[in-house]
Amino acid sequence: MKVAITSTGNSPDATLDPRFGRCSYFVIYDTQSGSTEFIPNPAREAEDGAGPEAVKLVASRNAKKIVSGEFGLKIKPLLDSMKIQMIVVKDPGKRVSEIIEMLNH
Amino acid sequence: MEISIISGKGGTGKSSISAAFATLSSDVVLADCDVDASNQHILFKPKHEEEQEFTGGQKALTDPESCTNCGICVPYCRFDAISFSDNGVIISETLCDGCQLCKRVCPHQAIKMVDYNKSRMYTGSFRNGRMVYGQLAPGEENSGKLVNLVRDKAKKQAKLHNIDTIIIDGPPGIGCPVISSITGTDHVLIVTEPCLSGLIDLARAAEVSQSFGIKTSVLINKFDLDQNLTTDIEEWCYKNQLEIVGFIPFDTMIVEAMVNCKSIIEWSPDSAVSIAIRDACKNILYEKR
Amino acid sequence: MLKASGIKITIASGKGGTGKTFVATNLFQSLSMERIPVTLVDCDAETPNAKLFFKSKKESTREVTQKVPVIDESHCTYCGKCHEYCNYHAIFFLPQSQMIKVIEELCHGCGACLVACKYGAILEKDSELGTITRYSLTNHNTLIESRMHTGVYSPVQVIKKGIKEATDQIITILDAPPGTSCPFIHTVLKADYVVLVTEPTPFGLSNLKQTVDTLRLMEKSFGVIINRAGLGNDEVYNYIKQENIKLLLEIPFQREIASTYSRGTLLTEIEPEWKKKFLSLFDTIIKENGNINHQR
Repeated sequence: MKVAITSTGNSPDATLDPRFGRCSYFVIYDTQSGSTEFIPNPAREAEDGAGPEAVKLVASRNAKKIVSGEFGLKIKPLLDSMKIQMIVVKDPGKRVSEIIEMLNH
Repeated sequence: MEISIISGKGGTGKSSISAAFATLSSDVVLADCDVDASNQHILFKPKHEEEQEFTGGQKALTDPESCTNCGICVPYCRFDAISFSDNGVIISETLCDGCQLCKRVCPHQAIKMVDYNKSRMYTGSFRNGRMVYGQLAPGEENSGKLVNLVRDKAKKQAKLHNIDTIIIDGPPGIGCPVISSITGTDHVLIVTEPCLSGLIDLARAAEVSQSFGIKTSVLINKFDLDQNLTTDIEEWCYKNQLEIVGFIPFDTMIVEAMVNCKSIIEWSPDSAVSIAIRDACKNILYEKR
Repeated sequence: MLKASGIKITIASGKGGTGKTFVATNLFQSLSMERIPVTLVDCDAETPNAKLFFKSKKESTREVTQKVPVIDESHCTYCGKCHEYCNYHAIFFLPQSQMIKVIEELCHGCGACLVACKYGAILEKDSELGTITRYSLTNHNTLIESRMHTGVYSPVQVIKKGIKEATDQIITILDAPPGTSCPFIHTVLKADYVVLVTEPTPFGLSNLKQTVDTLRLMEKSFGVIINRAGLGNDEVYNYIKQENIKLLLEIPFQREIASTYSRGTLLTEIEPEWKKKFLSLFDTIIKENGNINHQR
C-alpha cells in the first residue's frame, strides 16, 4: 500500500510539513517495497485551489493514506469520498523517517 | 507557538489585548490578520522592509470598442453585475465576482479579466520583534486568502529570525478570514465582554474554533462592567469546557495607552489590567505543557 | 419633520465595536416611539445582535440559498469542460480514474459549469447559506435579521436578501457589518445616507479615514457620529473638520451608557433626553441627505 507524507524537504531527514495543500514535498512511501519517492508540490505557491490539486497528485499515485499536520475543511469530505485515510500528526518536529518507522509498526 | 486572538464581536478590545500580548516578551512575530481594519501598525509604527502586492482575484471589464451591446452576457450573470448603458454594457466592479462566465459567453470577445490588486502586505521590524500585516483594498472579497499570506509570511519570519512566538490579531466575525486566522494554530484565545451580545458571539466563535479541534480559551475583558453577565459567561464556559484564562478590569487607561501609541503593558506595566494580561498569558503557556 | 418616506440609512463603521448597533437600535427606537413606521435590518450577518434589544415575535423565517451543481454521472463523459470553466476550483476532476466531484464549500454558484456542460450532466440544487428572519416588535415596527450559517464563505448573499426583504416605502435603517470589504459595500450600496460611527482614538481615526475614502469613491452622502467622546484625543475632530464632514452627534463616554447598553436596555427608552437627540439626528440626516459635496 502507498502512503503520502507531507514533507518540508526532499530527504527522509526532513520534518513533516504541517500543511497539506501547501506543503513543500510529498513523500510517496510504499509499505510493501519500502521505496520512497519525493515529489515537489507543484501547487504550493498557487493562489488558490492548492488543496484539491494536492488531492489529485496523491490520488494519481494511488496512495490510500495521507500523513500531514492538518487537512482543510473542504478537503476532508473529498478524501473521505475517495476512501483515502487522513492521519493527523500534531508534532511538526517529526522527521519523515520517524513517520515511516511509525507506519511500519 | 502560534496564538490566535479573535472575538466574534468587534470592540471587545481584541486589538489592545493582542498588542499587550505582543509586548510581553522582547521577541515575537506579530501578525495583524484583521486585514479589513488593520491597526497594530498605528501603535507600533513598524519599519517597513518589504511591501508585496496582493491579487485577490479578477474582475471582468468590457471593451467599449468591441462591445455591440447585444446583451447576451446580461442574463448569464448571477451576481447582477452587468447592466446596459448608452456606451455598451457595463460591469460593476463592486458586484463582479470574477467567475468569467460573461467573458466565455461573449460572442465578440469584448470582455476581458483584469487583476484586482489594490491590496498590500507589509513586513518589517518593530520594537518587540517582527511584524507582518495585510491591508485589504475596499470592497475586496478574498480576505481569507490575504490572511493566509500574512500567516505564511509570519511563519517564515519566525523561522528566519529564530522567534518562537507568533501572535495573531484576528478579524471579527466567524467567516472565512476568521477560519483562515485560526486553522493550524496552537491556541485560540477568544476575547469577550459582559454584554448581552457578548455571550452569543463568544458561542459562535467558540463553535468555529472547536470544530477545528484547536485548544480554545476565553479572556473576559471589562469583566466588572456587569457582574451578572460575567457570571453568565463563566457558567457557559464551564458547561462548554472552555477555560477562562483571565479577567481584565474595565479601565480607560487602555485607551490612554493607545492614544500614546503604546500597549497597556508598555504604558502602565503595574496596572491591574497589565497584571491580569500577564497572568492570562502565563495560563495559556502553562496549558501548552 | 421633513418628508422622509423610503429613505435607507446605513449605520456603519470601519472598526468593530464602535457603537454601530447602539446607534442603529436607538435611532430605530426613537422613531418607533414617535409612531413613525420604520424597519431595522440587521446586516451584520456573521454576528447579528440587534434583536437582543427588543421584545419581539417571530413572524417568518426564510432560508437563503445558493445554487450548487450536481453532476449526473450517467450522462457525464468526463470531458473536463466544467472543471475548466470553474474559476473557484470547486469541481474536482481526475481524468485517469474517471472521477468528478463538486466541492460545495468552494462553489460561488455562478453557473459557469452548467453552461460548460454540453451533455446535460449538470443539474443544480439549493445549498443553504443562512436565514432571513422577520420579527414584529411591540412597537409595531419590523426587525429583519440576516444570519449566516457557520462555515459559509461569505455573508454577502444573506445580506443582500435581508435588504431586499425591507419594503421601499418606509424608512429603513441598516445595521452594517464592520470593515470596508465586500459585506460592508453591499450594505452601503442601496443606502441613501450613511452614518459612520467612530471613536476619538488612533484606531478609530485610521478606520474612519479608510471608510471615508471608500464612501467617496461610491459617491455616497454621509456624516459622522463620535461615540465615547471625551476619551482619547482630538485627531478625529481635526480630521472631520479639515475634510468638511458633517458631525451628526456626539455620544459622551460614560460608564452608565456602556452598562445600560451591555444589559440590553435602550438608552432612548429610559432617557427622554436621548430620544430627543436621536430624533434630531434623524432630522439632520434628512436635511443632509443628497448632499454629497463633502469634498474640499
